[in-house]
Amino acid sequence: MSAPTLPLDQSAPATGDRSRFAVEFENVSIAFDEKVVLDGISFQLPHGETKALFGVAGSGKSVLLKLAMGLLAPDSGRTWALGEEVTSMSEEQLFKLRRRVGIVFQESALFDSMKVWENVAFRLVEEKVPNDEIERRVREVLRFVELERTYDMLPSELSGGMRRRVAIARAIITQPEVILYDSPTGGLDPVTSNTIVELIMKQRDVAKTSALLVTHRLQDAFTMASHEFDPKTNQMMAIPKGQRGNVPMSFMILRDGKVIFDGDLHELATSRDEYIREYIS
Amino acid sequence: MALELELISPFDVAKDFALSVQEYTLLSAQSLANFFRRPLYVGDMLQQADLIGVGSLPIVILTGLSVGALLALNSASTLQRFGGITLIGQLVSIGMVTELGPLITGLMVAGRNASGMASEIGSMIVTEQIDAMRALGTDPSKKLITPRVGATVFMLFFLTIIADLLGLCGGWAVSHLLFGLDSNQYWTSAWEILVFRDVFTGLIKPVLFGFIIATIGCYYGISTRGGTQGVGRSTTQAVVASSVLILIVDFFVTKLIFAILGVR
Repeated sequence: MSAPTLPLDQSAPATGDRSRFAVEFENVSIAFDEKVVLDGISFQLPHGETKALFGVAGSGKSVLLKLAMGLLAPDSGRTWALGEEVTSMSEEQLFKLRRRVGIVFQESALFDSMKVWENVAFRLVEEKVPNDEIERRVREVLRFVELERTYDMLPSELSGGMRRRVAIARAIITQPEVILYDSPTGGLDPVTSNTIVELIMKQRDVAKTSALLVTHRLQDAFTMASHEFDPKTNQMMAIPKGQRGNVPMSFMILRDGKVIFDGDLHELATSRDEYIREYIS
Repeated sequence: MALELELISPFDVAKDFALSVQEYTLLSAQSLANFFRRPLYVGDMLQQADLIGVGSLPIVILTGLSVGALLALNSASTLQRFGGITLIGQLVSIGMVTELGPLITGLMVAGRNASGMASEIGSMIVTEQIDAMRALGTDPSKKLITPRVGATVFMLFFLTIIADLLGLCGGWAVSHLLFGLDSNQYWTSAWEILVFRDVFTGLIKPVLFGFIIATIGCYYGISTRGGTQGVGRSTTQAVVASSVLILIVDFFVTKLIFAILGVR
């Protein structure tokens, strides 16, 4: 059965105006061993916005993130990141672009033979930043994720939640313009998940970073859409119902390789599509 | 439960093999080209040189001594029968320097390091660490492969010289202690028999073998698919492929040098 498709505005912006969006997909398709994973996907992520991606397991959410930063090449279609066409760039050119994009992998993907500080400082060491500045920035970002005490530890000595937070620290240390989160709360307990959600929200509201957030946990995305981070109290605060439209947060649902929903919280909550209603119930 | 056998077309097998050869060739060429591109990871290369070179030293010392001693022991009885025990130094010298030193050292280092490289890089593939490295803007080929190639080639060259020397020492120990050959006679004949062609053959081989070990180890590591089972498979394949390739290349290099520089 093919997925019901909602009328979406997937038209591309005028030529030369790609910099309006942090990430943009245009008719992107990819298949693995003749199984179509993404089929003509188009969407835009405006600067400063966090877009939560939903879909059942195997619906191509992680693949979409890898396509966004050129870790995979699509079979057809074009992608842009920070105004640059990813699909037309060589691997050498992509290395430069990727330094402006952060990614948090599903299983953290920390370098297991390196200590926590070496993992977090990886990009800075590559850029030959002076040692004292590396230490200062690593400590600062580890303090941001509340893990300064793990500075000299190995990833194998950390819990799953701590590893995710180190992965977030590694992704944000260079202050990227876009961050791609691949199921950052997957398999974690509710308390740790909340801590991670708070960190993502902090990054969104304090650093104003654009983000694509792949998640299976609807409540995480709803929390992000209904709360904002207060830097004064260093905590997230619930937003009164009438003001929730101001939160730079949108939702996208994938089904059978296609985008079946792309909109804000209000549009999602009022959607009449049977599949979406069942999905969010 | 019925056992289902899936028939694989010979055409598909040939196509997969051709694709593997193409990928291996590209990886090898890129690993060499990276020596002329920035950044060059000198620190990683030194670390690998320590792991490969210093780490392999005990096994190279042991095999070098044993092979030299065994070569002397096995040939001594035959030579003694013809009254040619004084030739033992020449035999050990030629055997170790031109053939056994490079070959045994290459096979030992292949067993130890090609498997290590395949399993390390393979584990990084299955845990997405290679993707993470690419995502952080670092070329894994420059960061992981080129330092291993440089370190293996450089260290295998010196490990082979050490193995040659220790093989000669092993041969001396057997011929002097068991067969009563004069030390001066042994070392003089061992030294004088060597000509440029022998030394050149003995020193060009470790350079080629080192390149084979590192590129095969890295190739199987980077092509790892299928979780921890895949890592195990890559490790085994890396050792088998590098050992077989070393033996094949050894034969053709020897033939080529004979053709160019002439037979003794």
